[in-house]
Amino acid sequence: MIDLISIELYKIFKKWRTYIGFMAIAVLVPIIQIALLIEGEKYLDFMTRNLQQTFVFVGNLLNGYLIAFIVLGSFWIHIPFLITLVTGDLLAGEATSGTYRMLITRPVSRAKLITAKYIAGLLYSHGLVLWLAIVSLGLGIILFGTGELIVIGNKIIIFAKDDILWRFILAYGYAALSMSVVASLAFLLSSLVENAIGPIVSTMAIIIVFTVLSALNFDFFQSLRPYLFTNYMANWRSFFDDPIDMQEVIKAGLVLLGHSVFFFGLTLFLFRRKDILS
Amino acid sequence: MEKIIEITHLTKHYKDLTAVNDLSLNVYKGDVFGFLGPNGAGKSTTIRMLLTLISPTKGEINIFGKNLNKNRNDILRKVGAIVEKPDFYGYLSAYKNLEILGRISGCDVSKKRIMEILELVGLDKRYKSKVKTFSHGMKQRLGLAQALLHDPELIILDEPTTGLDPQGMKEIRDLINYLSKEKNKTIFLSSHILYEVELVANRMVIINKGATKVEGLVSDLLNAANLKVTFGLTSVTEAKILLGQTQWINKVDSFTETKIVFSINHEEIPLVNKLLVENNIAVNSIVPMRSLEEYFLDITEKSST
Repeated sequence: MIDLISIELYKIFKKWRTYIGFMAIAVLVPIIQIALLIEGEKYLDFMTRNLQQTFVFVGNLLNGYLIAFIVLGSFWIHIPFLITLVTGDLLAGEATSGTYRMLITRPVSRAKLITAKYIAGLLYSHGLVLWLAIVSLGLGIILFGTGELIVIGNKIIIFAKDDILWRFILAYGYAALSMSVVASLAFLLSSLVENAIGPIVSTMAIIIVFTVLSALNFDFFQSLRPYLFTNYMANWRSFFDDPIDMQEVIKAGLVLLGHSVFFFGLTLFLFRRKDILS
Repeated sequence: MEKIIEITHLTKHYKDLTAVNDLSLNVYKGDVFGFLGPNGAGKSTTIRMLLTLISPTKGEINIFGKNLNKNRNDILRKVGAIVEKPDFYGYLSAYKNLEILGRISGCDVSKKRIMEILELVGLDKRYKSKVKTFSHGMKQRLGLAQALLHDPELIILDEPTTGLDPQGMKEIRDLINYLSKEKNKTIFLSSHILYEVELVANRMVIINKGATKVEGLVSDLLNAANLKVTFGLTSVTEAKILLGQTQWINKVDSFTETKIVFSINHEEIPLVNKLLVENNIAVNSIVPMRSLEEYFLDITEKSST
């Protein structure tokens, strides 16, 4: 199985489209960081305007942690697109290029081949999240240094400098779990068609529709929210709460995990019975 | 004789379409088995079922005496195949494609073995080239290389000469002969060209609309069938008179101003030629056409209408 996974990873990283996601992050995150380096003080001033009459802010608030927090908040909805570019192509790409026939006539079960492809797709997705962490947090700390993290939501929380890193590690871990659902959905759709465009567009359409539905403030749509997986994808923010509602985080994590398992299980079920006509 | 492939009442339906209809056949060890039929006859569907790419609606396939469904991996370990046109990862080299497919098959992927196979199919000098730069003929040869890489006992070739020039077709035929005679492989060769099958196969089946039309030894089918041989002559009138005095007149099918068509076998061609030449009738051309070819066209065309 390890050999099969390494073959799939080799194939993934030999395609130029694989690098689009890494390049996009490598370009966009530094642009945000440079913009904040130039105009960060104004941004921070705007963020804390209502509080300045009551509090006096001292120290390095515009630091690497805040930058990474802002980047993660802005990117978690865009990363799925970069992930589907590769995971939506994993099976449909083989159909398009006609290589299914070569692959499936090997003395390896379809289940093994599919599992290896799926794991390789997950590793790519998690690699992209890791890259986001390295560029946004790593480069952010190099450029802006460290300091306290101010999080303004329903309440204002300021985390001490030594109380932040572990929160980021868990938040990125949670983001990776969210991206697994996206990868699994794209993989499922990829198994149904013979052209990668379909799975890529469909996955994004599903994510956008679900996100819009869960954001609409009507009772009917609110009642739908628990059934939309996108509703649980933003729960990485819970790690920047005090105290962390672990019960809620675990529940959301299990929902995401359940979706991944369901999507992959369905892919396996359908693909094992699929007639390869390409 | 050891049965390598045993297909029994194989049927495949796609909604309203019956692609393969109650097909049964046997392929024996050492056979070069011609699987003949016009386009759309069900050849590729049958081959896809032999390779588990699609599942049969009904029927059973045994290969090497084992049920294909239950022993898929054991069987496929000893099978090499080209299904329709061979496609590869265009962004990888010929060498890397073979290495990947070999690793998935769990076979020897040493550089020596891969280069050996690439040399056999005449691609050793292009081993580093990306497959997207290959011509159709080169891809076809690489297809053969991947089918042979794990030294299979049974080789299934689906229209291996499609799109090749005459030289390429001859090279594939030579390779099939080499694999059969020198390496003692069993070969299942699908084609829609009778001539191609005749040149290399010892047994064959003709199918159309998914069903068997005729099956047997190629030699039996060829011997049973007379040739239609057209003699191009300078003087048909003199030849007519001459033939009228011999038994050959009974074997004449038709006359035109410059041609006489005989229904004779291979051995009789020089005898007729000798008779004509010795009686000073110039023979300009001798064009044989097998009635088996007509038969093939006849049965496939009849069942298509």
